[in-house]
Amino acid sequence: MPTIVVEVMPKAELLDPQGKATKGALSRLGKSEFTDVRLGKRFELTVEGPITDQVRADVAEIAEHVLSNSVIEDVVAIHYPEGEK
Amino acid sequence: MTESAETPVHHPDTVANAIATPERVQPYDALGLKPNEYEEIKKLLGRRPTSGELAMYSVMWSEHCSYKSSKIYLRQFGKKVTPKMNEKLMVGMGENAGVVDIGEGWAVTFKVESHNHPSYIEPFQGAATGVGGIVRDIISMGARPVAVMDQLRFGKIDEADTARVVHGVVSGISSYSNCLGLPNIGGETIFDPVYQANPLVNALAVGVLKHEDLHLANASGAGNKVVLFGARTGGDGIGGASILASDTFAEGGPTKRPSVQVGDPFAEKVLIECCMELYQQDLVEGIQDLGAAGISCATSELASNGDGGMFIELDGVLLRDPSLTPEEILMSESQERMMAVVEPSKLDAFLEVTKKWDVETSVLGEVTDTGRLIINWHGEEIVNVDPRTVAIDGPVYERPVSYPAWIDALQADSASTLARPADSDTAALREQFLKLLGSPNLADKSWVTNQYDYYVLGNTALSFPDDAGMIRVDEESGLGFSIATDANGRYCQLDPYAGAQLALAEAYRNVAATGAVPTAVTDCLNFGSPENPEVMWQFSQAVEGLSDACQTLEIPVTGGNVSFYNQTGDVPIFPTPVVGVLGIIDDVARRIPSGWQDAGEHLYLLGVTREELDGSTWADVVHGHLGGRPPAVDLAAERDLAELIHAGAQESLISAAHDLSEGGLGQALAEGVMRFGVGARVWLAELMQRDGVDAATALFSESTARMLVAVSHEDEVKFKGLCEGRGVPVLRIGVTTGAGESAELELQDLFTASVDDLRRTNRATLPEYFGPVVGG
Repeated sequence: MPTIVVEVMPKAELLDPQGKATKGALSRLGKSEFTDVRLGKRFELTVEGPITDQVRADVAEIAEHVLSNSVIEDVVAIHYPEGEK
Repeated sequence: MTESAETPVHHPDTVANAIATPERVQPYDALGLKPNEYEEIKKLLGRRPTSGELAMYSVMWSEHCSYKSSKIYLRQFGKKVTPKMNEKLMVGMGENAGVVDIGEGWAVTFKVESHNHPSYIEPFQGAATGVGGIVRDIISMGARPVAVMDQLRFGKIDEADTARVVHGVVSGISSYSNCLGLPNIGGETIFDPVYQANPLVNALAVGVLKHEDLHLANASGAGNKVVLFGARTGGDGIGGASILASDTFAEGGPTKRPSVQVGDPFAEKVLIECCMELYQQDLVEGIQDLGAAGISCATSELASNGDGGMFIELDGVLLRDPSLTPEEILMSESQERMMAVVEPSKLDAFLEVTKKWDVETSVLGEVTDTGRLIINWHGEEIVNVDPRTVAIDGPVYERPVSYPAWIDALQADSASTLARPADSDTAALREQFLKLLGSPNLADKSWVTNQYDYYVLGNTALSFPDDAGMIRVDEESGLGFSIATDANGRYCQLDPYAGAQLALAEAYRNVAATGAVPTAVTDCLNFGSPENPEVMWQFSQAVEGLSDACQTLEIPVTGGNVSFYNQTGDVPIFPTPVVGVLGIIDDVARRIPSGWQDAGEHLYLLGVTREELDGSTWADVVHGHLGGRPPAVDLAAERDLAELIHAGAQESLISAAHDLSEGGLGQALAEGVMRFGVGARVWLAELMQRDGVDAATALFSESTARMLVAVSHEDEVKFKGLCEGRGVPVLRIGVTTGAGESAELELQDLFTASVDDLRRTNRATLPEYFGPVVGG
């Protein structure tokens, strides 16, 4: 069954406490070449049956309204499986 | 920001440039400034402002920061004072938070503030950063925060959007305050359609300090260093202060849409501990937290309150996002930041402490005696202002006030005309009693409060569902404080003068019920648009009522907050002046709980019951009615009652005390039974005869200055003597009966309800709309 991937990131101008914590951990490990870390979310949506226009419309809608909080996050990418473009 | 396109980062709008290009058009209206305000700025400067100056003035002259519409009224709090009101007041209005001497060398600082608008746009972060902001106000006074409380107003419980806001706000509060490790010891949760698209999220914090640790927000001593420490500055909430709090949502096009702020409670926890160590080592001369208006606010307020001058190199600000323009840096509302004034000789020690706590710190500049706040950006002067014109001498408006056209008709429509069940119709009385008990505003709030930690730190003596929260301050002596907040928007809609006084009276009574002595007040005045003359009338009435009542009760307002523009479309919210009262108790071991715990105790009703159902929960729940006049305010009776309870507590005569308010005696009895599952047998015949009221009125009236107390059998004579000596009306109305499965509330000749029935009815409501109770 095909899997669609949705990627969500915190908006660039807002504080990302988890990314900041990760950056802190890297610095403590001596990996100081990394000046910033931002941490987002990846959703894998598995679909039964073919990816129709309706499915695409649904994915776009839930990505915007359910999987992300548009006030503080952006949907940065929606990946469809190879050949399903 | 609109300027960023025309003002590239590398070519900031300097003072020289402003002088050279007087004709340049500036987007003052998009920043929330009115044309007359823009003209005033030009007059003050003798030239057009630079874009950085414009940014500063726009945020600092916003309603939220300048109190421009409320200032003329708030002055009453400073004028209506008696000598007694100043006795314990160490710091009054105008600082970050008021400070009260509670004895034994200890002081308490407390304040309530609004975070309404951000909490509607982004409920979780809005509410979370509301907690973070008020906690930093407390830290900046030199105090260690010890407790928080939240006063919440949501829309109709069964509207779809209400659940979104409730879930977000409650988890935002619990996330931030639980992570900080602060107990949440009380507050309010009210549902009403008037708050549908404008919920109220007020946050209160309390801190304790030793007298010598008191710090103030002023920058004195030329040559002292100005230091910014805490989180880095990013693009959070740019323009939030001016634009959010200055206009309605409906008009907000994309350019007015501000970004919200994201908080990091773990960073704040570190900041608290870091500040405590800085205070302990005496490394700080003056300190200010960064909240609304960020660096603009901190620099101009510190300078205004001190020697009046400051020089800042803005490129020293540590940035999370290096592309920020200087204007954006000035306006950013990034959370978890503080600004301190440090003597040069102590700077190394200061930096040592911040380094130890891993708190990023940058020295931005120093205090001067020039009387000017000068800010440079890469060596070029971008701000040169008199800081007082930014922070203190902002615009002051005497807005038009008009008596609301609708209020006479509303007041004439009394609830006394509504059908009440006859005394003999016991089935209807029982049904209405249970209906109230399960109604959203009287229902059990465990769904909310179970998400909060309320015993962390180990000093919580009382918390929900008791009348007030209580915290032990001194572990040796048991010295502590008690705190309660109240506001009834329905009463205030009927009569804002009386409504504000009723809010104070109830909070005062709640604190008194715990055995503490009510001592000081904080308030958060939530109203509609000040540009609506009827709203301005409500505001003026409420402030007058509150300040008059504070003077009568001799407890000072120590600080607080005004929140305007709370409305959806053109419809303002009910006036909602949240009033918090702080009381002192010598030993928390002598506190009085709200529920009775043993069988065989005598139940007394203190005070008089009148037919006062206007604006009541009964009128709302049973008849969907709002009209008439709120219950009469009797401050002398409130004071007598409070003094009686305190005297009774000193002699340990009172084993439980619970104030009567929304829902009346019926609700107070039910809560007394449900608290520890100990039943009661109650007779109302004498009460009905003495006060000349029917059974429905006896059960549901919301007359003020009343309390339900439990006294052990042996202390009966002594207690009644105490009441008679102090002239407080007292009537024995019942006795407590057994605990266990058979426990019940028996209202003789009327009806009986088992404790299980009561609890089921009372606890079902919130989970029905919001899902299962956590940890219930």
